[in-house]
Amino acid sequence: MTRDRIPYAVFTLIVAAAGWYTDNPYYLQTLTFIGINTLLALGLNMLMGYAGQISLGHAAFYGIGAYGTAILTVHWHVSPWLALPGAVAAAMLVACIVGIPTLKLSGYYLGMGTLGFGMIVNILFREWSSVTGGASGFVGIPSLELGPISFSSTKNYFYLVWGFVIFSFILCHRIINSRVGRALRAIHDGEKAAAAVGVDTAKLKLQVFILSAAFSALAGFLYAHMVFFISPESFDFIASIRIVTMVVIGGMASVWGSLIGASLLTLLPEWLHAFSEFEMVVYGLILMIIMIFLPKGLTRGLLDMFERARKNK
Amino acid sequence: MMTTHAYRPLMWIISLVVACLIFVSPALAESGKPTYKIGGIFAVTGPASFLGDPEKNSLKLAVEQINKAGGIDGHMLEAVIYDTEGDPSKTVMGVSKLINKDQVIAIIGPSLTPTTLAVVPMIQKAKIPFISCAAGNKIVQPVDPWVFKTAQSDIMAVATIYDHLKSKNVKKISIITVANAFGESGKEQLLAQAPTYGLTVIQSETFGAKDTDMTAQITKIRQEKPEAIVCWGTNPGPAVLAKNIQQLGLDIPLYQSHGVASPKFIELAGSAADGIMLPTGKILIASLLPDSDTDKKVLTGYIADYEAKFKSPVSGFGGYAYDAMNILATAMKGSNGDKEKIRAGIENVKGHVGVSGVFNFSPTDHNGLGQDAFVMVKIVNGKWELLK
Amino acid sequence: MQEFIQYFFSGITNGAIYAVIAIGFSMLYNSTELINFAHGEFVMLGSMCMITFFGSMHLPLIPAIILAIVCVTAAGLLFERLAIRTVKNPEHIVLIIITVGASIFLRGLGMLIWGKDAFSIPPFSSHPPLDIHGAKLLSQSIWIILIFLLTTVGLQLFYKKTLTGKAMEANAISKRAAWIVGIPSRLMVTLAFGLSATMGAVAGVIIAPVTMCSYDMGTMIGLKGFCAAMLGGLGSLWGALIGGFLLGILEAFGVGFVSSGLKDATAFLLLLFILYVRPGGIISSADVKRF
Repeated sequence: MTRDRIPYAVFTLIVAAAGWYTDNPYYLQTLTFIGINTLLALGLNMLMGYAGQISLGHAAFYGIGAYGTAILTVHWHVSPWLALPGAVAAAMLVACIVGIPTLKLSGYYLGMGTLGFGMIVNILFREWSSVTGGASGFVGIPSLELGPISFSSTKNYFYLVWGFVIFSFILCHRIINSRVGRALRAIHDGEKAAAAVGVDTAKLKLQVFILSAAFSALAGFLYAHMVFFISPESFDFIASIRIVTMVVIGGMASVWGSLIGASLLTLLPEWLHAFSEFEMVVYGLILMIIMIFLPKGLTRGLLDMFERARKNK
Repeated sequence: MMTTHAYRPLMWIISLVVACLIFVSPALAESGKPTYKIGGIFAVTGPASFLGDPEKNSLKLAVEQINKAGGIDGHMLEAVIYDTEGDPSKTVMGVSKLINKDQVIAIIGPSLTPTTLAVVPMIQKAKIPFISCAAGNKIVQPVDPWVFKTAQSDIMAVATIYDHLKSKNVKKISIITVANAFGESGKEQLLAQAPTYGLTVIQSETFGAKDTDMTAQITKIRQEKPEAIVCWGTNPGPAVLAKNIQQLGLDIPLYQSHGVASPKFIELAGSAADGIMLPTGKILIASLLPDSDTDKKVLTGYIADYEAKFKSPVSGFGGYAYDAMNILATAMKGSNGDKEKIRAGIENVKGHVGVSGVFNFSPTDHNGLGQDAFVMVKIVNGKWELLK
Repeated sequence: MQEFIQYFFSGITNGAIYAVIAIGFSMLYNSTELINFAHGEFVMLGSMCMITFFGSMHLPLIPAIILAIVCVTAAGLLFERLAIRTVKNPEHIVLIIITVGASIFLRGLGMLIWGKDAFSIPPFSSHPPLDIHGAKLLSQSIWIILIFLLTTVGLQLFYKKTLTGKAMEANAISKRAAWIVGIPSRLMVTLAFGLSATMGAVAGVIIAPVTMCSYDMGTMIGLKGFCAAMLGGLGSLWGALIGGFLLGILEAFGVGFVSSGLKDATAFLLLLFILYVRPGGIISSADVKRF
């Protein structure tokens, strides 16, 4: 058990050191975005990598988290710390209602079902303008305060987000290495076989779906209180596809894969600014090349290469 | 043989990483006189590139002209420009980079209302002069000390159209707006101002920015028999609408917004553009203005310089960034790079003749344009014609 | 009544376009069990090629159409050879992300070649619209439906009457069995990619005159086509047809009788409903594998 914890302890140290060492708010903000994206990727990875269920509509839960806290704090004047469980609970409730019929679908049809759900939620964000501010967006989301600590400072916010990330990593790690985790992998490898050995597949799939919605909503909450502004296009179909891409590029069924995928997809556009007009072409090419040469994602692929290189020596 | 195969993907990755690192390393700083760095952040690609692309070019043009004239108090200008793709998160990252990494002394852009609203909290915190190029009225109302804008507001555009409708004694109109921030803001103003002009909006439809066919919406409008249709959107949607209206043989006057005020619209809508009326800044009809008009010299100069430098026809949108840079330059004179002085300087800019109109800023008016910035034009045989 | 017919015309025009795109999705799925997220970009390429050949170079209509289709098909084949076939032991999800990458790449390429502006070309012919009970059927709509019919009849003949078509169908039913009787399955996959790109090009060519074409037009229309394919049942030609028309007509009536702002929401709600009732689409094909 203790050996299991070493990577997480090291990782926590690295995060703390990065926060201590970095002073430029731009780099801190970039790292914070990576943290938020990691939460998104982690949530979807639980669903895709471990339970083998696709979702092309996860940005909807991300949006529900963000709009949930925005509505609660701005319209209803609720404290953000109460809005957090509120927004997450709302996303979980929606996930439960949508999940029950949708998760009966499989493969591309599940993809289509979740995609349709994501589109409908996005249209709601845009059209229900009296509540959500419509296409122009939602302004005036308050910053987070906890007693004397103000999270409007970039550095404090960095620690807050990465605190949540580390907590989620450990939570996921425990779930994966529990009975539930084994049952999930059984579903991934063969749903009927899993059912035959006594796994309640429908219930378990729903639970993971709800869990991954909760992670996405948490990310949405953190995004809203970081930028203080949200608008529908941050939570559209393209955003959903980006989350899926993070998971697959990083490596499915790997907690660290989520981190790597999220980092790459956050940093890549920043680096590619130098290409200006060619940015899109290069970005698309890099995605394709990674997938062509490392079909198992960056984490697994790089490890494999490392091992092969060692054997060949 | 085995090893080379195993290493081949690795080589790919390494070369990629190296390529990335090369581009990350900051461009070599120029030695010599201290330069003023101006940040630009526009939707250069993505659905709003028709705004961002000319804005980027115009900013470059303005900076080049100012430098050629000896800079500001001897300081040269340098523009650092990033692309937002119209995405709020990317804009936030870009502005953060401009403020913290590039350490610019003022920021021009973004191109859209949502992306502007997304960065306003950062601007307030960083206390840096900021001139937006977006149309939304929410940007300068309520007034924030650091936030300015140069694009004409929807309020004025709607008022200009409604003035014209009133003069034609129209009572019932239908509106059709694009389902994004631009259309929504227009719809809000269209509905809010209608009673003042004795108009009733009998119907309000929307269309998607990428819709290929709008005959269904037009059919619905036809049932209600309005006296005029007002469409609020940016290319290409309104062109599709104009085509469909022509094809269905609807004989109702069609008004468009300033969002389509570019030669591109006439090109896209073809013969369907004939008879359409819209409010626009004076740039589209610069050659029609009398020589006595104060704006004419600025407009024709900008058009000639832009077309010579970028070899593409000018649209009114680039003017937002061009004006912003010139207003900023006026405010920066004698400021010695002090941000508070620049900010106060912008509020003191009066009678600045720009591409979009004459700017008169004040501590309570951070847009500075009056309704005279707009004129009504009509498209006749594929050419703009000044109305009234 | 007049409105009703007009909505219907609008619906079948859009429906025919969605159907052609859906056929492209379905055809590829049949042979490879792959969804190509870059399919919308092939539609875009078709439209933009049409802009170049018909709009700027002023070639006659038929050669322009053929040239546009040939170019896009070649691009499709190139994509299969360079990006899909090079992956060893591919999992579906990996191939899908490759197509996502390809869609971004192609969009970027489109932007580099044609710029960021939108373009339009005149209709294929300038007949006045047909007047039926006061409702107008536009001349380009007639072209769209005509070309759509030609394409489907052609495809049906190809699948049922030619050896290659039969081989493709056999390969789609069972790769193994087809391989045993000597059908080169790799070639069939390549062919499916090419044909699917052709379908995208056809859709692009016929919508070029009705809409405004720009480098980023593919995403939304590809998505709609994907929905149509799913709605009808993946892998079935007839399913794609039904799905396409159903989606088009639903949207038009959604505008007419619900609200234009919620037209996409209406369409997607019904889609979810159909999926819940018939989890394999309207024409359920064989069990669809998971990702």
